[in-house]
Amino acid sequence: MKRIVVASGKGGTGKTTISAGLQYTAPQYYGKPATLMDFDVEEPNDHLFFNNLDLLKSSAVTLPVPVINKEKCTYCGKCKEACAFNAITLIPKAGIAEISTDLCHSCGACLVVCKDDALDELFHPIGEVNTFGKDQTIILKEGRLEVGLPHQTAVIRDMKKRHLPDTDLAIFDAPPGTSCPVVTTLEDADYVIVVAEPSPFGLNDLKLLVEVIKDIKLPFGVVINKAGTGNNDMEDYLKKEKIEIVSKIPFNREIAEAYSNASIQEIAAHKEMDKHLKHIWNHIKKKTA
Amino acid sequence: MREITVISGKGGAGKTTITGALTSLLNKPVITDCDVDAADLYLLLQPEVQETHTFPGGAKAIINQQLCVNCRKCINHCRFDALHYNEDGVLAVNDYKCEGCGLCKNICPANAIEMVQEFSNRWYVSITRYGSMIHAHMKPGEENSGKLVTKLRDAARKKADENQASFIINDGPPGIGCAAIASVTGTDMVVMVIEASKSGFHDFKRAQTLVDSFKTPIVAVINKHDINKTLTAEIEKYLGELNIPLLAKIPFDKNLVDATTQALTYPEYQPDDAITESLKNIVTYLQKPENYEKKQAQSAS
Repeated sequence: MKRIVVASGKGGTGKTTISAGLQYTAPQYYGKPATLMDFDVEEPNDHLFFNNLDLLKSSAVTLPVPVINKEKCTYCGKCKEACAFNAITLIPKAGIAEISTDLCHSCGACLVVCKDDALDELFHPIGEVNTFGKDQTIILKEGRLEVGLPHQTAVIRDMKKRHLPDTDLAIFDAPPGTSCPVVTTLEDADYVIVVAEPSPFGLNDLKLLVEVIKDIKLPFGVVINKAGTGNNDMEDYLKKEKIEIVSKIPFNREIAEAYSNASIQEIAAHKEMDKHLKHIWNHIKKKTA
Repeated sequence: MREITVISGKGGAGKTTITGALTSLLNKPVITDCDVDAADLYLLLQPEVQETHTFPGGAKAIINQQLCVNCRKCINHCRFDALHYNEDGVLAVNDYKCEGCGLCKNICPANAIEMVQEFSNRWYVSITRYGSMIHAHMKPGEENSGKLVTKLRDAARKKADENQASFIINDGPPGIGCAAIASVTGTDMVVMVIEASKSGFHDFKRAQTLVDSFKTPIVAVINKHDINKTLTAEIEKYLGELNIPLLAKIPFDKNLVDATTQALTYPEYQPDDAITESLKNIVTYLQKPENYEKKQAQSAS
């Protein structure tokens, strides 16, 4: 399966519009259906863009967190020493032997050092993966982190391990930024479409993301969205760095209004948008052939 | 001293623009850029760095090839798939995948693995034309963003004491994950910027659930309200039902982007227009002590 990641350093540049638009137009411009994967697990909103989707399946995402069996624990302290995340509290005199679910990274380091066989892993729910579609045909899968938990990367990993679709191609809608969850979404991409808006904030965050993508050595091109707002610094930068501009979508109030209603049908039907989606697909076909 | 955090759930809703505006309308606040992942506020405020500090990132595994006996134990036990044999048949670590947990070091029978702490994150204490600013440069792909945000907020509180500042303004990150949690916990009030779109409303509700879990008072600003009037009415109704004060409605206006291209906060760019007037409303509200008491009583009940 080919993986196309749609990413952006800054939030709100149009990642979701492009991702959903590519999924929607895949049969027409790619010749085959594609599955949309919403990896923005903190704020998954791709499903809003499709009308009347059925929730076909909902699977829990769990994180195995060890618990200490106090009957077996000898308070030797080896697990606490091995834990790089300070998740383990041991107070022998008070009989306290605990592991914090919020701090635990579920790495298993404590398990391999325990000589007393005093650790068992319990599965904690940290989110869910929802599969949406129509008439049993899968259109999109989203990861959804439970509010208040810091385990966004673990949800993304679970999606990649257990929930990849069986279509020939998938569109990965990445979270914004450049931190760990973004890299986890990016790392096995066949091609990356970077969406950027030509404002000073947009350019600053584009540069940060380009740094990461170059470091992981992934092929990529940039879609400039809302062209005509801001200034020309972004194009100057891309020219200087010899980065390919895939498409330049001008700012258009009608598209902005269609976006606010979250209807991909309406967005993709807009002449200007249709033209650019076709263009982006041609680019992807060429780059992944 | 009051500590205010600006968040939105959705990215690109207008957090940094609103934060910049508040900064220039308040009297010498301390400003923290908690969006350490994609820090943009410095573009508006042009800070002059006075102090530079390092902040430890995660540790990374390093393999001593001379000692490695190729038993593959580390590969089999690593839960992050961070170890593999490269094209030259040599055991290698993928730094982006390595969580720095040290399991491989503990399990290696040949003592061939060492954990090395990264120190590539920097944080700064700076001065701007409006007051002190605490900000950071985080190495991309880093996962300690929550801890770094906590560090920045500690530094901001110290600076605010020193400056006798009445306000700390935190520009928050998008999302609701570890960096957002670290930005919101323990603040006196949260300003939520809601983009008038279905995505903006959906993402706001998740962020609101997070803030409610800390029982922190919330006030709201609707951005780009004229892009979708029907939805804006729906958002207003929702806020009304929850007694969340709506302090400003900002239209979609090209001037808002133009101000940033000139490295100006909005009130500097358009000191007398209607948008600046509504931004002043937010400041007036934040300056009234009773607004904090009232909300606290409400959340206690």
